Amino acid sequence: MSAVDVAAVVKNYGAQKVLDDIAIHFQEGAFTSLLGPSGSGKTTLLRIVAGFVTPDQGVVRIGADDVTRVPVHARNIGMVFQSYALFPHMTVMENIAFGLHRRGVRGAEATRRARQALDLVQLSHLGERRPKQLSGGQQQRVALARAIVFSPSVLLLDEPLSALDRRLRQDMQVELRRIQQESGLTTIFVTHDQEEALTLSDHIAILDGGRIVQEGAPAQIYEHPRTRFAASFLGDANFLSGPTMPGGIEIDGRPIKVAMPFETRGRATVAVRPEKMSIDGPGENRIPAVIRQIVYAGATTTYLLDGPEGLPFRVFTQNHEANLHPVGSAVWLTWSPAHTILLAE
Amino acid sequence: MTHVARAFLLGVLLFLYAPIIVMVAMAFNASPLYAMPFEFSTRWFGALAGDAVLIDSTRNSLVIAVLTAVIATILGTAASLALERKRFMGRAILRILLLPPIAIPWIISGTAMLLFFFWTGIGRGFHAMLIGHVALAIPYVVLVVGTGLKNVRVDLEEAAQSLGSTPLHAFFAVTLPLLAPSIAAAALFAFAVSLDQFVISYFLATPGYSTLPVQIYTAIRKGFTPEINAISALLLGFSMLAILAFVCLSKAGGTLERR
Repeated sequence: MSAVDVAAVVKNYGAQKVLDDIAIHFQEGAFTSLLGPSGSGKTTLLRIVAGFVTPDQGVVRIGADDVTRVPVHARNIGMVFQSYALFPHMTVMENIAFGLHRRGVRGAEATRRARQALDLVQLSHLGERRPKQLSGGQQQRVALARAIVFSPSVLLLDEPLSALDRRLRQDMQVELRRIQQESGLTTIFVTHDQEEALTLSDHIAILDGGRIVQEGAPAQIYEHPRTRFAASFLGDANFLSGPTMPGGIEIDGRPIKVAMPFETRGRATVAVRPEKMSIDGPGENRIPAVIRQIVYAGATTTYLLDGPEGLPFRVFTQNHEANLHPVGSAVWLTWSPAHTILLAE
Repeated sequence: MTHVARAFLLGVLLFLYAPIIVMVAMAFNASPLYAMPFEFSTRWFGALAGDAVLIDSTRNSLVIAVLTAVIATILGTAASLALERKRFMGRAILRILLLPPIAIPWIISGTAMLLFFFWTGIGRGFHAMLIGHVALAIPYVVLVVGTGLKNVRVDLEEAAQSLGSTPLHAFFAVTLPLLAPSIAAAALFAFAVSLDQFVISYFLATPGYSTLPVQIYTAIRKGFTPEINAISALLLGFSMLAILAFVCLSKAGGTLERR
């Protein structure tokens, strides 16, 4: 395994800028997610690392080697495709052994290593089947085994879980994380699913419009989103905009305090996570609101509220006690200045 | 309802096969004037064995058809790979230009070829006929293989490359095996187009070199002999076997796909 470095990469398709001066370091052995909406350039970035797309400018390094002009087959990558791309005319074992054969590993040694990979994804009994005879989740595991059996320098995953149903996807997330940690492979994972990115990754890079808007550890990005886009794409957020004043901003004549230091100038926007707010609870920041709708989901309840000037709010609460506020009641939304995140617009 | 459907199917089959059945029956009838009652005989097959002109032209037809199938399949497959998998200037126009030859009447293609070959000094005979048949068969191959290629996903080739295959190896290890049924069908098409071809062959035949359809036409003009029924019955049997073999092969491929 190796670290992967992308430096100053630019890619245009005609007049359209797909990637604009991308620089990112994928740490050795780490699980990094490229998170973004469709059209953000995340898949193009992955395909540039794989070698299917050549960047117009910039450098791609795997370990110490500059691979910018190296063809795909010489890069020693393992890749799992969105459609799995298993070879339909080969058995599961033949599929897995394909990469070994291309590296000159044959016979008993190839069989041994393919079996080992099949054991790792817990499909030891299905080696002689054809891909068509497997369920979606099983095909997914075979695709993963095929990609890691020859110990690639880097494992590339292109939205591999998006075709699975919800339950299976959660199982596969756990499985994927276990296999990644056992193998210690540097992994780059493309997804548009924020929950997937949060649960799987050591490191997340959020892409929008061909640029990396923020990167960091999942908790770091979640607790301290820098922009409105980052705050709303990773998790939910309530946004408040108002003129600045010393120590915070002003909403409807009330001070909303911000814990971090900032420059008092013009208007500013802050974000507050819905689970950080409480209804009629403690907290220095307070806003009056009326409950418009209640979404009861067993373990949690989501309140949708209207604040001053119709400003919408969303609050998540744990159902510790069956103390539901009724729809239409006027309440105080409260939260701490420490949970008030100032955004760069 | 099933009775009606069965009767209808029988009617359609009769419509398709009645003339052929009559022809095959007459190939085995002793009378040269198709006189009834039917008297089984193989005398026309015996006579055929002595008819050097018919035998020669049959051999010519088969040789040309096989060569056409091989050449047109290779060229057509390469063309449809380029059209399906590569992006280049004029791709859309080329793709459209490949189709009209199927719709152009053969008499027009034939006249055009005769003129062109005369004008360029290619002339007539075996080589001219082969060129003509290949040109005629290529659009069919491109069409059939192109349809097959649409079902072989590009990401299979990319997966092979990610596992260490050069693009060429990915083609031979993944694309070609998955494309084999389409290529076989295309080859059969090309073979049939060539074997069946009369108009162009007639224009490009020389006194010393002709194919079976041309020869049959010439023979009929001179006076019909039951030998023609005999050679037709033989060819028919041969074609039926080829189609049957193809259906069995593609069925085997189909079950493989389904498993």
